[in-house]
Amino acid sequence: MSDKHGFKLTRRQFMRGTGAVIVGFSLSRIWPPAFAQDPPRLPGSLNTNRALDGWIRINPNGTVTIFTGKVELGQGILTALAQIAADELDVALNRIEMISGDTARTPNEGVTSGSLSIENSGTALRFAAAEARAILLQSAATQLGVAADQLSVDDGTITGKDGTAKVTYWELTREDVLRREATAKVKPKPASQHKLIGKSIPRRDIPAKVTGGASYVQDMRLPGMVFGRVVRPPSYTAALVSFDEAAVRQMPGVIAVVHDGNFLGLAAEREEQAVKAREALRKSAVWKETSDLPPAGKQLYAHLKSMPSEDTVVSEKTAAVKETAAKTLAATYTRPYQAHATMGPSCALAQMQNDKLTVWTHSQGVFPLRRALAKALKMEENRITAVHAEGAGCYGHNGADDVALDAALIARAVSGRPVKLQWMRDDEFAWEPYGSAMLINLRAGLDVKGNVVDWTHELWSHTHSTRPGGKSGVNLLASWHQASPMKPAPPDNIAQPSGGSDRNAVPLYEFPNQRVVNHLVTPMPVRVSALRALGAYANVFALESFMDELAMAANADPVEFRLRHLKDPRARAVIEAAADKAGWQASPRGSGNRGRGIGFARYKNLASYVAVIADVVVDPKTGNLRVAKVVAAVDSGMIINPNGLTNQIEGGIIQSTSWTLKEQVKFDRKRVTTRSWADYPILTFPEVPEVEVVLIDRPDERSLGSGEGSQGPTVAAIANALYNATGKRVRDLPLTPERVKAALGLAGA
Amino acid sequence: MPQSFSLKVNGAVRTVTVEADTPLLYILRNDLELNGAKFGCGLAQCGACTVVVNGAAVRSCVTAVSAVVNKNITTIEGLGTIAKPHALQKAFIEEQAAQCGYCINGMIMTAKALLDRNPKPTQAQIKQALAGNLCRCGTHNRIVRAIARATKEAAV
Repeated sequence: MSDKHGFKLTRRQFMRGTGAVIVGFSLSRIWPPAFAQDPPRLPGSLNTNRALDGWIRINPNGTVTIFTGKVELGQGILTALAQIAADELDVALNRIEMISGDTARTPNEGVTSGSLSIENSGTALRFAAAEARAILLQSAATQLGVAADQLSVDDGTITGKDGTAKVTYWELTREDVLRREATAKVKPKPASQHKLIGKSIPRRDIPAKVTGGASYVQDMRLPGMVFGRVVRPPSYTAALVSFDEAAVRQMPGVIAVVHDGNFLGLAAEREEQAVKAREALRKSAVWKETSDLPPAGKQLYAHLKSMPSEDTVVSEKTAAVKETAAKTLAATYTRPYQAHATMGPSCALAQMQNDKLTVWTHSQGVFPLRRALAKALKMEENRITAVHAEGAGCYGHNGADDVALDAALIARAVSGRPVKLQWMRDDEFAWEPYGSAMLINLRAGLDVKGNVVDWTHELWSHTHSTRPGGKSGVNLLASWHQASPMKPAPPDNIAQPSGGSDRNAVPLYEFPNQRVVNHLVTPMPVRVSALRALGAYANVFALESFMDELAMAANADPVEFRLRHLKDPRARAVIEAAADKAGWQASPRGSGNRGRGIGFARYKNLASYVAVIADVVVDPKTGNLRVAKVVAAVDSGMIINPNGLTNQIEGGIIQSTSWTLKEQVKFDRKRVTTRSWADYPILTFPEVPEVEVVLIDRPDERSLGSGEGSQGPTVAAIANALYNATGKRVRDLPLTPERVKAALGLAGA
Repeated sequence: MPQSFSLKVNGAVRTVTVEADTPLLYILRNDLELNGAKFGCGLAQCGACTVVVNGAAVRSCVTAVSAVVNKNITTIEGLGTIAKPHALQKAFIEEQAAQCGYCINGMIMTAKALLDRNPKPTQAQIKQALAGNLCRCGTHNRIVRAIARATKEAAV
């Protein structure tokens, strides 16, 4: 059935298993039943998805299907989850088929975000697989007339002690043995019995990705498929005055022009025809625009501070006896709007037939997306199926969800034909929701011994999550442009301890007095949402830069200064491991153009521990800052796949280096002016630092989320290295040559 | 008016009837159903759409079909398969040199053109050859290692 790339793109195959083919599997069972007491809490996502066969299906043909609500974003999660399931079940990895993110088939695990997939889905699968194995063993015991504890399993074959009595998982599936609620009463294997967990199993998706296999939603082709494109307004609040629909309709291949308020889209038989028609439609459209964007540059932050905000004291700690500070320091740090800037513009494939919509999407959350689509399209949720298909790397909430609605709106106008709609590069840059600009004020006092006695962290930021699928409002772009526009949900902040804009604003250091205040700026003149690490990137930049400033004021070595304020042994261990690997020496001054700095954070104060040491080279003439080498030490508890973890940390470091040195979204008072890579340069090969990652494996500790853990420590390490090299501190991101030159007193030179 | 064009793609002659200015990328992806070359920007800025034309790495998103008639076009599908991968493809798998993988077609095809003219490039030469290819996941160092590894294989 499959082609040479193992991914045949027929409608039949894409639909395979979505309907009645799967016998004995149902997600519709309602849990908890209305009469039940509060059910016991189950580990990970098992708590909200309690049907055991909702996670695992043992197939008579000798394969095992694993269902997960988490999706592949290029982070290797499906490989890691397969390892977990195979290890607990005692089956070979190549028997495992992974089904992920499908509203018709998989558990609802919300959004794949927050570095939570191993913690939520991985934990659920460990317990579900352990329980499934025990059930199958019990079933075998009955059949073979042997006590369950006398049986062992090897690749799905269950054998008695004498080796004669044998039965396989595949023979035991007939009675629907897994059709029951999970109890999580069977303990998963101890680390000593792991055969796959902890091994660098190669990613399952990479072979197809390097040979031209159909790996992405962009690669899907359905019979009769047409190509869609959208024409967005030139600015956020622009209103459509007129456009030449008739001329565009006459263009070759054009089969539909969709106009609804400020929404404009089209479909054509061929992709290049759709692109040409989009260009013609764009040129013909006249819009009325308003100058309502904030000022750019330095004034942006004063503007941010001046806007209405919801103010919260996030953390407050007061010592019984308050020591007086011998020295007080204060500093202000800023971070601009930054883009996800995925390599592949967002894409979706939608088909509307018999009032039923199927959409293939690289959304991070197919269930929340379905809910939002239902509202925007005024359809019953149960008439929509949303199926995850990979897109390019996402790094948070980009255009993935929005383009799904765009495709659906066009699909309604083409008589049941499937529509593949990919955004153009300028659609992605101008309309994706950015990581919020932030302003952070820090103030701290040192006692005579050079210890921090009080600490204040005050931040101004928009929300870091406007994902679709919430209870109120509709957070999908096209829904705001329709003639009867939907309202976006009011801004909300993710609560502590994870936090959103205030993520990692609470120091992990032991300070006797501290106060952390979050000003959640409620108006959103520039579209914002979740960008990898959310507020943690800027908060760790500020916090860890300021720790360095305090260390300097206390005449202390930055590593020693951190350790003296840190009790958590795992936090100390990553700092020590990074310092050891990098050959850190106490307090040498930089050479003027070479320097070294450290940054540390425990992501969300509850996930992975990461310490980063960066070596930088500064060109004193141009102000150009190059990051030459980065060493990181990471503690993620029990490591599932060391190579995969290293890949995530390396990638985070390089991406964070790019944000830190180069990136800011540009806009004037009317329009976002970042439209192409020329307007938004990112780090290139010759500029990429050498990266070395040290992993501290703790197989007896639970796994900790890691995908976003290196973003914050990296920016801080680079900023601190710049200071170490030059004796000048730059507190505004990005650390551009102009800013470095200005700090060196060479502005205008 | 659509015209007929005969293209030599991965050693086979394929005929398409399209407008003369149609970007090669859409023909490869939609008419020939070759998935490797990706739409990244349509502006020749990112490299995701790279194919090799007569030995040179070319951005197929800005290359008109009329410009490649009678030329030898190689896409990533023409290098090898999962069962029989090219040295570069094998090296990318061995180095696990991908995260999302969307840019990887461009990396491999740019590297192919590089290795064809310089079979033993230095690390700096590899980085320079890829300077115009963007990767957003931060997989750069693995990509460079994979290309260096491929140069050690016998037949590149």
